[in-house]
Amino acid sequence: MTDTNGPMLHAKGVSKFFPGTIALDDVELVLHRGEVHALLGENGAGKSTLIKCLTGAYHRDAGQITLDGQDVSPGSTAESQSIGIGTVYQEVNLLPNLTIAENLFLGRQPTRYGFVSRKEMINGARKTLLEYGLNIDPSEPLNSYSVAIQQVVAIARAVEMSGKVLILDEPTASLDRDEVELVFSAIRKMKERGIAVVFITHFLDQVFEISDRATILRNGQVVGTRVLKDSNRKEIVTMMLGRQLEQKVHERKGGEAGEVLLEVTDLAKRGMIEPFSMKIHEGEVIGLAGLLGSGRTETANLLFGAVQSDQGKMKLRGKDTSINRPRDAIARRIGLCPEDRKSEGIIGNLSVRENIILALQVRQGWTRPIPRAKINEIAEHYVRALDIRLASLDMPIRLLSGGNQQKAILARWLATEPDLLILDEPTRGIDVGAHAEIIELIEKLRQNGMALVVASSELEELVAYSTRVIVLRDRQQVGELTGDKITADNIVHAIADEMPEAVN
Amino acid sequence: MSSTTQSIYKRILPQLIILAAVLVLNFLVFPDFFSIEFKNGRIFGNLIDVLNRCAPTAILCVGMTLVIATKGIDLSVGAVMAITGATAASLVVDGHGWFTALIGAVAVGALCGIWNGFLVAVLRIQPIVATLVLMVAGRGIAQLITEGTILTFHDEGLVRLGAGTIIGIPTPILIWITLGAIATFIVRKTSLGMLIEAIGINEASSRLAGINSRTLLVCVYLISGMCAAIAGVIVAADIKGADANNAGLWLELDAILAVVIGGNSLLGGRFSIIASLLGAMIIQSVNSVILLSGMPPEFNLVIKALLILAILVIQSPKIAHLRYMLRATDPLPRDKPKPPSVAPQEKSQ
Repeated sequence: MTDTNGPMLHAKGVSKFFPGTIALDDVELVLHRGEVHALLGENGAGKSTLIKCLTGAYHRDAGQITLDGQDVSPGSTAESQSIGIGTVYQEVNLLPNLTIAENLFLGRQPTRYGFVSRKEMINGARKTLLEYGLNIDPSEPLNSYSVAIQQVVAIARAVEMSGKVLILDEPTASLDRDEVELVFSAIRKMKERGIAVVFITHFLDQVFEISDRATILRNGQVVGTRVLKDSNRKEIVTMMLGRQLEQKVHERKGGEAGEVLLEVTDLAKRGMIEPFSMKIHEGEVIGLAGLLGSGRTETANLLFGAVQSDQGKMKLRGKDTSINRPRDAIARRIGLCPEDRKSEGIIGNLSVRENIILALQVRQGWTRPIPRAKINEIAEHYVRALDIRLASLDMPIRLLSGGNQQKAILARWLATEPDLLILDEPTRGIDVGAHAEIIELIEKLRQNGMALVVASSELEELVAYSTRVIVLRDRQQVGELTGDKITADNIVHAIADEMPEAVN
Repeated sequence: MSSTTQSIYKRILPQLIILAAVLVLNFLVFPDFFSIEFKNGRIFGNLIDVLNRCAPTAILCVGMTLVIATKGIDLSVGAVMAITGATAASLVVDGHGWFTALIGAVAVGALCGIWNGFLVAVLRIQPIVATLVLMVAGRGIAQLITEGTILTFHDEGLVRLGAGTIIGIPTPILIWITLGAIATFIVRKTSLGMLIEAIGINEASSRLAGINSRTLLVCVYLISGMCAAIAGVIVAADIKGADANNAGLWLELDAILAVVIGGNSLLGGRFSIIASLLGAMIIQSVNSVILLSGMPPEFNLVIKALLILAILVIQSPKIAHLRYMLRATDPLPRDKPKPPSVAPQEKSQ
């Protein structure tokens, strides 16, 4: 029989090898009944590999996994689900066009005389959801509810189907504060039921709020497991990064910008962004602040020509110019790191080397290939300068972790030695370490006289590197903050339409 | 540079092995398969025959590989062969020289390619549908050119392109090898190959990196059309006539198959022209086995299908994964670049 005092799940000596790397090296993970266990680590530390080994998506190369006292070795995610290990991913993995009840019971619908009993299904669904504090109509399609509710439905489904271990892979990444609370209350319900919950996230606040213990991974090894009440943020971050993260004292070296590099007047695209004008100087970082859909990304895209403007003028170093497509921008030494790294940044199957060299090669023209030696020199230079972690320059870029992919895309643009670099959400979805490095890099580039335009939804970050912040609301520029006025509070005020101190 | 040679070798190794295996099969059913003799100023032999007969498919392959690398497909090449064969034939029948006929045919092929490219790159029609238009219409156009008959000709210059020899070697062999070599040289010695792969893998990213994907796509279909034109002229020259209904019939499928046997993904991206050419040779060698084995002809297509199926199964991702897993279970394989640093990378403090 099962041993009710031992741990719910015990993974011992789990290892996983990939060509050129050891993704997991002798990893141990113990999950107790009714605990929320955070799994922490930078991107590429081995969190997802460990999860995939637990759920059977990968075959572990060594090690032992005991679930409820019994050795298990799931060969597929379906098998792991049937033995009690359920997983909920960041992107809800349900069928948005089916009803909530159908989603909950998909594949195990209650039947009557061989036919699906809708009534029983809807009643069952309502009862299940009430347990999670959701009083909603289960006969409505899933996509008529918010992502948070969908997430809770996904959790409920996973618990109903599995019921011993639940793995939550960044369930709160795209949720706002209230929605996070909804998911957390669902997690607390599961704790009460004695389920062991694995919680993966980049948000340390949430880790301390909901989790009991945390296991920290770095470079495929377990650095340690801590009871969170007896620990603190600093210790955890230090364990994650493997070095003392010195508190960055932020002192902006004045706003003394150089010559006007790019001047745009009344640039606009109907339906995307209202006419806006701005002067971009050498040696300044212009932050673009605003809520999602306020026109941050649209501004960046218009400046780069990724989207063609339908009115407005541009002057580059005082001379009239026009940028209608990315090629024009690149020829004028402008670069853009897009918001959606996967679908617009990386070229997944090309090597890291080719991804880094791409924009420079395109600007040179296809008839003038960059010599092999020069390519290696450039690629190796940026891999060192930006601390891109990889097994080989020849590996496809899609195999790198998010932060390293982002650095490689930055390297692609830095290799073209741009005068103006536009960054759209440069730190989205990357780990703490790479995050700090990218912020440092922005500061360094500015000091070297480069002009930067950075769109970001993280206010602290904007405050850290911007010499000027342009605030957008409803597809319009609504304010500008400079010098000491750049504080998170002021940006929030400006976004919320109360700008006592903003200079318009 | 030796590392490049090595990686090319590694890339085409499976195709080389399969080709060798099929050739051995040829030898088993027909022991004289490898004998080559020189008489009447021309080399003869079954092996030479294989090389000669695979010319049309091989030439189509060059363009098809590039098209497939962009995540596209060109179904019209067989029909374009009929159009261009008819063009060349009608030009010589009208009294023009063979060179004019060849240039005319290639120009018409280029036009067909631009049409496909326009539909795909500018109007953004899915390649399979866009090229289907010309595949269906092409034979009709060819019939209009030949006025419904099989247009025969006797121009020696033109005939030599399909049935002649140069220093004893059949011209088609020289043409496809030269074409393959030139294409490989151009895509690998310029950055064209990388750019084509980039738009095949992720067009949105490529555009943001400054690649002119529209022009590049049109060019790729243009090259495919020109290759089809050359193949069309060779086929017409071989039979001394342009047959609008049968010239190049189903050859687009052979070309696609050759590209696939060459290990190129239909999802676009990484490509190797050399591997596709080996694929064309493999298909022709399979045809040769069936002919030489003396099987009743009604078995031909079934046996061809079985052999091709076997080749594709060997190359299938599942089997490849199995091989990979067998290798990956060895914890410290010897040819791996370097042991990963498990120690945290300390920054200088």
